[in-house]
Amino acid sequence: MRNLSQLPLFVKAKIGKINDRDLEQKLLEMGCTPDEEITVIRKAPFKGPIAIMVSSYMLSIRYRDACVIDIVEYGK
Amino acid sequence: MENKNIKIVLAGNPNSGKTTLFNSLTGLKQKVGNYPGITVEKKSANINIDGYKSQIIDLPGIYSLYSKSIDEKVAQDVICNSFDNDYADVVVVIADASNLRRSIFLLTQIIDLKIPVVLALNMIDVASKKGVIINIDQLSSDLGIKVVAINARKSRGLSKLTHAIISEKIDESKKSKSILNVKDVFGKIIDQVNDIRGVKNDYASFLSLCGYDMSNSIKQKIEISVLSKKNDVIIERIQAKETVRRYKNIDKIISNSVKNIEPKGKYKITQIIDDILIHPVLGYVVFLSILFLMFQAVFQWSSYPMDLIDLFFTNASIWVSNTLPPGVFNDLIVNGILAGIGGIVIFVPQIAFLFAFIAFLEDTGYMARVSFLTDRLLKVVGLNGRSIIPLLSGAACAVPAIMSARTISSWKERIITIMVTPLMSCSARLPVYTLIISMIIPEEMYFGVFNLQGLVLMSFYLLGFVAAILIAFILKFIIKTNEKSFFIMEMPSYKIPDWKTVIYTIIEKVKIFLFDAGKIIIAISVVLWLLSSYGPSENFKEIENKYQGIEGSSGLIASEKLEFSYAGIIGKTIEPVIKPLGFDWKIGISLITSFAAREVFVGTMSTIYSVGDDDIISIRDRLKNEKNKETGEAFFTPAVGISLMLFYAFAMQCMSTIAIVYRETNSIKWPLIQFLYLTILAYLSSFFAFQLLS
Repeated sequence: MRNLSQLPLFVKAKIGKINDRDLEQKLLEMGCTPDEEITVIRKAPFKGPIAIMVSSYMLSIRYRDACVIDIVEYGK
Repeated sequence: MENKNIKIVLAGNPNSGKTTLFNSLTGLKQKVGNYPGITVEKKSANINIDGYKSQIIDLPGIYSLYSKSIDEKVAQDVICNSFDNDYADVVVVIADASNLRRSIFLLTQIIDLKIPVVLALNMIDVASKKGVIINIDQLSSDLGIKVVAINARKSRGLSKLTHAIISEKIDESKKSKSILNVKDVFGKIIDQVNDIRGVKNDYASFLSLCGYDMSNSIKQKIEISVLSKKNDVIIERIQAKETVRRYKNIDKIISNSVKNIEPKGKYKITQIIDDILIHPVLGYVVFLSILFLMFQAVFQWSSYPMDLIDLFFTNASIWVSNTLPPGVFNDLIVNGILAGIGGIVIFVPQIAFLFAFIAFLEDTGYMARVSFLTDRLLKVVGLNGRSIIPLLSGAACAVPAIMSARTISSWKERIITIMVTPLMSCSARLPVYTLIISMIIPEEMYFGVFNLQGLVLMSFYLLGFVAAILIAFILKFIIKTNEKSFFIMEMPSYKIPDWKTVIYTIIEKVKIFLFDAGKIIIAISVVLWLLSSYGPSENFKEIENKYQGIEGSSGLIASEKLEFSYAGIIGKTIEPVIKPLGFDWKIGISLITSFAAREVFVGTMSTIYSVGDDDIISIRDRLKNEKNKETGEAFFTPAVGISLMLFYAFAMQCMSTIAIVYRETNSIKWPLIQFLYLTILAYLSSFFAFQLLS
């Protein structure tokens, strides 16, 4: 099991558990529900925010918050 | 008789085109005010739809009814609380057709509250070009509400939308359809809340259980919270569960009425642009270049209208003083009121141009990228990527800048942003800087391109920014909070900005500046006019007697009167305090008069030195000849000049900012702390600069 911050660029994965209640609620209502497909498409330097594609739109979140989002990778 | 009044509320996600729709529906009839008691901006307009007097209210953008920031709380109250003044007859939810899944989450919550609602499906034409095919009739029957396809930018489908709104208002039949039946999920506790509330509305009861106000009385709220404790309800958990279940139902509805929910190539162009604009290196280079060009343009372009405004007020003053009979009233109009209004209006071009740039960049989608690029740096000092807009706007005027900090949902980050925004060099500091720089800095060129005066001016702008960052860093450790901060921001795809939106933003910001700040500045101008026109009467008579019969002495009388006026007396009283900074009582008077607003400095200096007009060159030449009484050398040494500029860079000499900080934080504590720290910072930096340089 890896978290979102470890997902390489442009690799598709599914959203797993979000291990922070406030963050979970915010992301859920924006459509980041369990099993939604997610891709990291940008990373700002020095562990700055990362931009993700989810539910067919682009969202940016902090690196630290990406660390508490579990992901399920395809294939492997 | 039939009620011909209707209240319509526009709700929707950020970036859904909500404000564009509002602008298209209402045009110039819109008013910007505040919600009573709180400080969230409220945009509303009264228009006529099919003979109905309609009030349309534009709510802050929200993703759901689970409110967190004050913006969202307002939107939630207007939609859910039937005691709210703005509680709507009909809610219009606007949704971006190429982002349907997320956009209709909020809509389904409103449907489940049994509130009359219409869905305005925006940009359906654009979405269909990208392969998203929406069966509107199917969607409408699955949701159980009217759905209207519109294009807010091109004003398409608006009359269909307004007809739908009116027929929704006339159609009083109770809706029975629910998108998610919360009773199926949470069971009998919903009925228990229904009993407490005395209304059978399952979803309203669910939201009450989540701790939201809804329309509940205090007694009901207490009973609900007791019930919630007894059943060990964990609010976050039931909200999360509800959200997940709701999305499952939404996904069913969408698969039924939409083909290809994923728009083809929606972000294709955006990705190409982003390769440059948020490139880890190039991105920052581009951002700094845009900033540089922006400020260059703002100052260049605004100098022409500013000259015209200046000319207009000079002529108006001359005309009034010649037309009205001489006396106190004449003097009050010319030197109190006209001078006050002129001093405000002169900044309108700079503020308008700067906000034009910011609104333009925001509407293209670039500002979200700037937040993305800067969040890392700003997070270190306790700010947020979203702080960049208040900080940039602060270069025009702190008042609208501080208001724009509302989108920051973390309380701590918002307070820090508000506290440091006045450090950004606003347009009112520019005339002060220009005057002093032209006195103490020689007009030299370096390497043929860099003008020394320009470099000094730029370094003072930079100084403001650096100070803001440093103070934010200190405040980060002082202000305590348990709340966690987030930076979750949608990055909209790039688009060509909508000129209407840009123009309305400019009008709105200028209005805030003119009316919010303007009222205070005029009031203070009149008080200052009183203080500087009156003094202990025997002194004034003596001056008049002294110059009686001497021709061309009016300038001298004015300057001598000012010296013996109440303002002059105060200036002399504070001289011992400001002497270590290199200032004399004349500058002291200017410091006092510019407490209301910094730009008053130039005008006061011209009166004190009896220059007769406000022309910067003539004031400069007069000030250059001023001698230091003790040494006999020029008074305005570089040390005095730098010290004075530092004082203006840091001191909180702006009544309107104090007033707006009070309003925005709803407490006297924050403006007080801000005033104190800025004054101390100004005093100490001027003190050290003067002592070291002289």
